[in-house]
Amino acid sequence: MGEFKVHRVRFFDYMPSGIRALAFNGDTERMAVARMDGSVEIFHCSDRFFQEKIIPGREQCGIEGLSWVGERLFSAGLNGGITEYDLTNQKVKYTIDAYKIPWYTFLILCFYHLNLDRQKSRIVSLSWHTSGSKIAAGMMDMIQIFNVETGHSIHRMLADRGVGTSRSKECVVWSVVYLSDGTIVSGDSVGMVKLWDDQTGTLIKSHNVTKCDVLALSVSQNEDSLVAGTSEGTVVQFQFVSMVLGKDDKEWVRTRTFKNHTHDIRAVAEITTAVVSGGMDAQLVVKPLLDKIEVRSAASALRKIHFPHRRLVFCARNSGLMLFQYPGHLELWRLGESEGKGIPGSSLFVKRNPEKLLHLKVKGEDHIRCSAVSPCGEWIVYSTASSLRLYRLHCDNNNVSITKISKLPKVLSSANQLCFSSDSSHLFSASTQSSVHIVSLSQSGCKFVGTLKPKSGSHQAIHLLAASEDGEWLASANSDHEVHIYNLQTRKAHCTVPVYSSAVTAMGIHPTTNCLFMMYADQQMCEYSIEQKQYTDWSRTVQRKGLHRLWMERDTPCLNVMFNPQNPSHVILHDTYMLCIIDQSLPLPDDKTQFYNQLTLKSLTEDQRKSHSHAFKVCKTFKDILCVELISDQSLVVVERPLEDVATQLPAPIKQKKFAT
Amino acid sequence: EECIKCVEITGGQCASLSHGCRFVLCASGDLVKVYSTRTEEWLHSLQGHTNQVTGIALNPANHLQVYSCSADGTVKLWDFIDGILIKVQLVLYKCMKLCVSAWPECFQLVAVHLPKSAEQEVEAKEMSVVSSHISSNPSCTAFGRGGEYIAFARRLQLNVYFFRKQKTCSFSLKATDKKGAQNAFTCITCHPTDDCIATGHEDGKIRLWRNFIHKKEYTYSTQHWHHNAVNTLCFTPEGTHLLSGGIESVLVQWQYGAGNRKEFLPRLGGSILHISASSDGQLFCTSHSDNKITVIESSFKVCGVLQGLVKGDAVLTDLMIDPRSKALVLNGKPGHLQFYSLLRDKHLYNLDIVQQEYIYEAGLDQFEVAKAAFDIKGSWLATVEERGQKSSDLEFFLKLWAFDERTQSFVLNTTITAAHTDRIISMCFSSSEETTMLVTIAEDGQFKAWCQGADNQNFWSCDFVGSYHNLKPTNCSFSADSSLLAVSFQEVITIWSPETWEMLTTLCQPPGIIRDLCFGRLSCSKYLLGTTTRNLLCCWNLLTCALEWSSSVEVSKLQPDPLSENVAAFSYQSKHTDLFVFKPSEPRPLFTNKNVCSEKVHRAVFVPREELLNNCDESSQWLNRSQLYFLTQNMDLLTFSTATEEDRMLSSSKQLVIDDSVAVTPFYLLLGKHRQQQQKLNTQSHPAADKPQQPQGSVTIKELLHTPAHVLPAASVLCSMFVNSLLISNTGEMDSEKEEEDSEEEMEACDSQQELRVQGSVDEVMLKLSKAQERELKRVRKTDFSWMADLIDSKP
Repeated sequence: MGEFKVHRVRFFDYMPSGIRALAFNGDTERMAVARMDGSVEIFHCSDRFFQEKIIPGREQCGIEGLSWVGERLFSAGLNGGITEYDLTNQKVKYTIDAYKIPWYTFLILCFYHLNLDRQKSRIVSLSWHTSGSKIAAGMMDMIQIFNVETGHSIHRMLADRGVGTSRSKECVVWSVVYLSDGTIVSGDSVGMVKLWDDQTGTLIKSHNVTKCDVLALSVSQNEDSLVAGTSEGTVVQFQFVSMVLGKDDKEWVRTRTFKNHTHDIRAVAEITTAVVSGGMDAQLVVKPLLDKIEVRSAASALRKIHFPHRRLVFCARNSGLMLFQYPGHLELWRLGESEGKGIPGSSLFVKRNPEKLLHLKVKGEDHIRCSAVSPCGEWIVYSTASSLRLYRLHCDNNNVSITKISKLPKVLSSANQLCFSSDSSHLFSASTQSSVHIVSLSQSGCKFVGTLKPKSGSHQAIHLLAASEDGEWLASANSDHEVHIYNLQTRKAHCTVPVYSSAVTAMGIHPTTNCLFMMYADQQMCEYSIEQKQYTDWSRTVQRKGLHRLWMERDTPCLNVMFNPQNPSHVILHDTYMLCIIDQSLPLPDDKTQFYNQLTLKSLTEDQRKSHSHAFKVCKTFKDILCVELISDQSLVVVERPLEDVATQLPAPIKQKKFAT
Repeated sequence: EECIKCVEITGGQCASLSHGCRFVLCASGDLVKVYSTRTEEWLHSLQGHTNQVTGIALNPANHLQVYSCSADGTVKLWDFIDGILIKVQLVLYKCMKLCVSAWPECFQLVAVHLPKSAEQEVEAKEMSVVSSHISSNPSCTAFGRGGEYIAFARRLQLNVYFFRKQKTCSFSLKATDKKGAQNAFTCITCHPTDDCIATGHEDGKIRLWRNFIHKKEYTYSTQHWHHNAVNTLCFTPEGTHLLSGGIESVLVQWQYGAGNRKEFLPRLGGSILHISASSDGQLFCTSHSDNKITVIESSFKVCGVLQGLVKGDAVLTDLMIDPRSKALVLNGKPGHLQFYSLLRDKHLYNLDIVQQEYIYEAGLDQFEVAKAAFDIKGSWLATVEERGQKSSDLEFFLKLWAFDERTQSFVLNTTITAAHTDRIISMCFSSSEETTMLVTIAEDGQFKAWCQGADNQNFWSCDFVGSYHNLKPTNCSFSADSSLLAVSFQEVITIWSPETWEMLTTLCQPPGIIRDLCFGRLSCSKYLLGTTTRNLLCCWNLLTCALEWSSSVEVSKLQPDPLSENVAAFSYQSKHTDLFVFKPSEPRPLFTNKNVCSEKVHRAVFVPREELLNNCDESSQWLNRSQLYFLTQNMDLLTFSTATEEDRMLSSSKQLVIDDSVAVTPFYLLLGKHRQQQQKLNTQSHPAADKPQQPQGSVTIKELLHTPAHVLPAASVLCSMFVNSLLISNTGEMDSEKEEEDSEEEMEACDSQQELRVQGSVDEVMLKLSKAQERELKRVRKTDFSWMADLIDSKP
């Protein structure tokens, strides 16, 4: 394992945005997540919850509800608009301004022809009966059932206010669920989950779940389980259980309680094998239901997703600059410098502090979709849903200035992914239809060179680009799990890597061998020789022998692939919790060998070390890693975002009495 | 023939409420005791088991019958109202828990075999093994709805056995998790109508299991209130509530199906061991670790307490007899002294010594009453409370309590915070009638004499501090006439004169440290007895200051009888205790009983008898004046009783059974007392001093109450008759009563006289007035003195 000087960066103040709504599509096994900042993310539930798509939000675009209709995704916002998303190109398709009845969640589209009786109080939540003839609406202090055809109210069911001081406060019915058997479930601000009969409009049963609010409810697809999210951060499960074994008279019974959040839970969803919850603490928690899981594996473990599965930090390798991508702005920093050398593991004296060079605000309301900085540090580019901007950076000593390149080719109107060539002479911009535009950059400006189009007809957006060191090859990966390799000399598609069932999370082209190294969401790895258009022998060995159990059980995807220029057999990988160097010259570990063996190796002599060492060297010194990048002077930049820091910037959670405090 | 008798102890592990809430049944030793819920009185016992009764359960088919199982391997069916044994079933294994299913046809028993952990189930005398993995804790087994299945748990595994399918489903929990949960099962109960199993866990969680017919799709909900292990769980018969209890001694009522809604009944006493509910749901009863049963109404109010001899963790004080109430006094509730009437086998009251709130939590170091002593008249009580025996920083207080005649209880007089610089080892009051003096010895090498201050200052203060060559004292004792004080310092006994505080002599003979010291009584008062750690019992003659005799015997407790010369010595050798009773004047024991019990005896007391026995048998003569009680390390209080006593007890208990077919009401007490007095005039005992004397019943009252209401004359006519019957018939007797109090001699005659009076005879034997004097008196009484009233009124 090599020795590196590490820049430990902790000044990236990235704040993940709170989760506002969840929608699960059982057919495609996709989970749509809407955040407070208006962004919508698509997670693939059966592919280890990999974040496949990100649709960036806009300023003042609060999403209140999400819904799948077939394969189409819709959202409703506070401003009364209903938005449909174009999932292939990862952008907003169109927005319709519906009635100015803000703030309702909806389940099935085409209800804006509905003309309900005018309501004095505002509707907080809605739920359709499966027949489509009735709709239940949660309001202030009551729930109403409407007949859809007539638009008249059938029943008014009054929700009790709290006792004591909270009696004067209105009871807000935050959430309703209309079950197909005619039961209406409501969650309210008093902390009750109530079950109502829609025929008589009477209360069947009420469960006191919390002292605070019940904010979200969700029912499983076969309607035998119900989950409720509370503002204490607990998820309470109810199950439809027969009270006498073997008989059919079932009742809703409160069963399990999960506490994985610190703040309000704003959205819950029950998927086939797990309960997914998200809230103000911005983490998406996937809690597996053990009774639904056939085989316990790493794929069915408790999962907490804190950070996006995309890169937000970019390094100019040759000039020591770093670009941080925030939703609304970009920050450019110069890395600090240190003095002398220290023994491994020690920290060095910082000679020059890191310095913020630039704060670039986005023009317009859209949030940044992607950005990049060129390896030489001269070019900065970012793209929103509507525009792409390229800047040239002038940096002489302490004076930093940028100039916007004004005349951009028309094809560069927007990009899904951006990448510079290693000599900073070209910019690659991933566009619609899985195509990549090439733009050459020079002192005078930029010039459109050509477009690379895949042979296959996939229209999915590209989420990863990788250019080779020698400027000959470009690889692109899209959401259909396709990886295309282009020859930049001929500007033609060179070949396509065989499609694997899991998504590519990171890839890189080896500088000397020109092999494409790919990491997949299910923690598999592949090495593909571009020149020979086939997997390398090492890759085949890996596939044959299989990877170590502990490697497969990691729950965050690898986000970057780098190569050590001093030792060509070293591949550097990282995920949120670790940094790993794979030495391709060493034997692979099998399940019996000790995986984390650094400490054992240290205690052995040189000769013994050889027989004990294996290809995987894992370093767990760093935690909550957002990015690791190798820069030219043989040092690593590790960007950490400690979760404790994120937690301190969150609003204070609801005070709870803890036993013995 | 003497036999050792276990003192009746209420409580035990399980209690059960009878149908209609009239009786509480509880297992106590080898008996099942029946109590009335309304009066809290002991009615009778079901005798027959030869070993510990481990479980009782009402027969669901007949609400007048109860099953009991015992470690002797039998299951017995009783008619508990009449106390008749109906059926005996032999189960070859040790039965640890008995469950009777609510299904009337099938009658199932579960027996847990302890050494091999095999569970047996008897179905109409057919046995089938259900499981061999079963917890030894009897609360870890329960029958499910309608007896269709049985749930049992062992450590981390819950098993449900379905009788019809003959199939077991098991579910296991992880031992711990990241949050530090301890998931071992501690108790189980099943819902009466739903298929829901409630389990209690070591960390205080309660889980409600459902859908347990599926191996995988079972589900449970968790509720957490108890901070320590849940000891017991019980569903109410309707299934609307779940009751739980643990060391916190708080009864928690959870509303079934409503999550967290719960009610509490705190401060019930010792930790709750068992809860049971009556079949109509009107009453609950909880049994506690301190030998108590609390009867609780369904409205969550305590309506009755059955308190036996309070069993604490350890008895630190000696066994004592309160000279006034003749009650046994020892450690009771934490921080209290309990007064227990041996005669009536009833707990009288607790005296709060520490006067601090006790926290029911394991492992806390709290104040405990370590020593206590009464003076000879019972007007002073000295107590020592301690904290931090285990740690180095010891805290202790010496308190002196005066008996208050008005409130009839002890009132704190003096608290001495730093009586000694180190732990007080022992203390004793002087036995003289005139002056009361307390001597304390402590590990700081000193003994101190404490006296009440002179004149109007009635607080206690130190009178004398003595020591001997800086040796650590080990024991102290006053002679019977208080003229001598013996204090032992390691191997040396020093004799002091309390009058002058002059050391009279030292006795130093035996090898080994002196352990016990006592002076002989009555004719043997010239002897001083001492025991040493080196297995030696020595007797000195104080007149010659020489060793009279010594005997090599390991004595763990030496107890003199205050009413006779006898001294009882308990000797612990080769894992059993022997008892010797001897007179100090001769080394030959009067009475020997080998193998009294298998544990060591550290506490013993002679209890003066109410009336003397006149046993002529030589070996039992020592029991004539007083009875010997002793406490084993297992906290069993044992006594010796004679054969004649046993017979009498048996006959009286039978009588009681017949009497108690009548409901026990206040009127019953009024009349029943009267009847009893008539029946057993010769065995009439003095009413206990603690209890106010009951008004005497009379023939008139009895007639009044027994005549049907519709044939009675008007109440106004009866009123004067009733009031007259309550009055004492004439003035003459009043005088005689005054005279009785004055003259000592007449006290002897008093007893017979009282008897006569009770029978309603107006015999005027004691009248000292002549006929003429009486006539004169009547005349004076009849004279009209109304003119005097006029005179007073007319005055300006």
